[in-house]
Amino acid sequence: MTGRPLAAIAAVAVAGAALAWIGMGDLGENLVYYWSPSELVAAGAKAHGATIRLGGQVEAGTVDWNPDTNQLKFVVTDGQEHIKVASVGAPPQMFREGIGVVVEGTIKDGQFATDRVMVKHSNEYRAPEDGEKPDIVTLSEDGP
Amino acid sequence: MKLAWEHYIGLAGLVLMAAGNAIGLFWAPPEMMMGDVGRILYVHVPAAWICMVIYLVAFAGAVASLATARPGADALVESSVEVGVLLNVLLLVLGSIFAKPTWGVWWDWDPRLTASAIMCLTFVGVMVLRAMVDDVERRASWSAVTTVLAFVNIPVTYMSVRWWRSLHQVQSSSSTMSAEMWNVLWLNTVALLLVSIWFVARRYRIARDRADQLRAPPLEVAP
Repeated sequence: MTGRPLAAIAAVAVAGAALAWIGMGDLGENLVYYWSPSELVAAGAKAHGATIRLGGQVEAGTVDWNPDTNQLKFVVTDGQEHIKVASVGAPPQMFREGIGVVVEGTIKDGQFATDRVMVKHSNEYRAPEDGEKPDIVTLSEDGP
Repeated sequence: MKLAWEHYIGLAGLVLMAAGNAIGLFWAPPEMMMGDVGRILYVHVPAAWICMVIYLVAFAGAVASLATARPGADALVESSVEVGVLLNVLLLVLGSIFAKPTWGVWWDWDPRLTASAIMCLTFVGVMVLRAMVDDVERRASWSAVTTVLAFVNIPVTYMSVRWWRSLHQVQSSSSTMSAEMWNVLWLNTVALLLVSIWFVARRYRIARDRADQLRAPPLEVAP
């Protein structure tokens, strides 16, 4: 069999076109992994009932962990809107005020009820400087 | 006996890998927020990078195979797709182990994770296709076309964290990482690259031998 340069060019062209279509198309508009608090509020009643993901920062001063009932309450914000989140179970160890989270659940009684709290990590990796210790927070009996 | 060139690369890769893992585990500092768990970075990120590099080799081999129909190009597709899948599985497993203590879940269908899983499945598909087609020339052209198409997803996977909202963070760089961590990351990346070149080269020789046997005219049986 001899080579088929045209077939090679055609295959690469099809692949390139597909990539351009994905990259420059508005797939991002339709492929939304999580809603921001503002979008959730704007959606209003449309957001009720369905299982959705909400993403934002844990607002400082709002974390309320009750070790007796295993309930964790906090507020997720994007700087504009603030959504109360009620969750059950201890969160991941990186959970803390100000960190990014993605929570999956439904709106119930004016709150976002979730049993799946995921913590987003930034792309920063920092070594402790002299005298510093890794800042690992564990939710103990004493609270965060 | 003279050793094939790739064994020297493999040996260097193994030595660097042993050193890189020891340094990553025992010498490199713990990460500020993740503590010792952050050390998985030194094996997870190289797996991702080298996986994509090896798939790029498969893509180049596939284009060359289509254009020239050379058996060597097809053997390169066969070997690099297999090593790419191996690294892809490693990437997914290490990422999952990394995710549980940091994100709190083993897996979630965010764009980056989903694209990485599709990447694995499509190249496993190329391997399955190769296993099913016996005709050497047909196998070469079909798997070349599917490899080129499967490769579309590699830039998508790489860019997914920038194009869409995701749980996975965007790429780190030397400016977002302490220098002593960045250097360990690169040491481990070079080590894995060398080991992967060794694997591809070994697998390439096997592929060439098998293809030569299939292409060889049948033995004439003496009357």
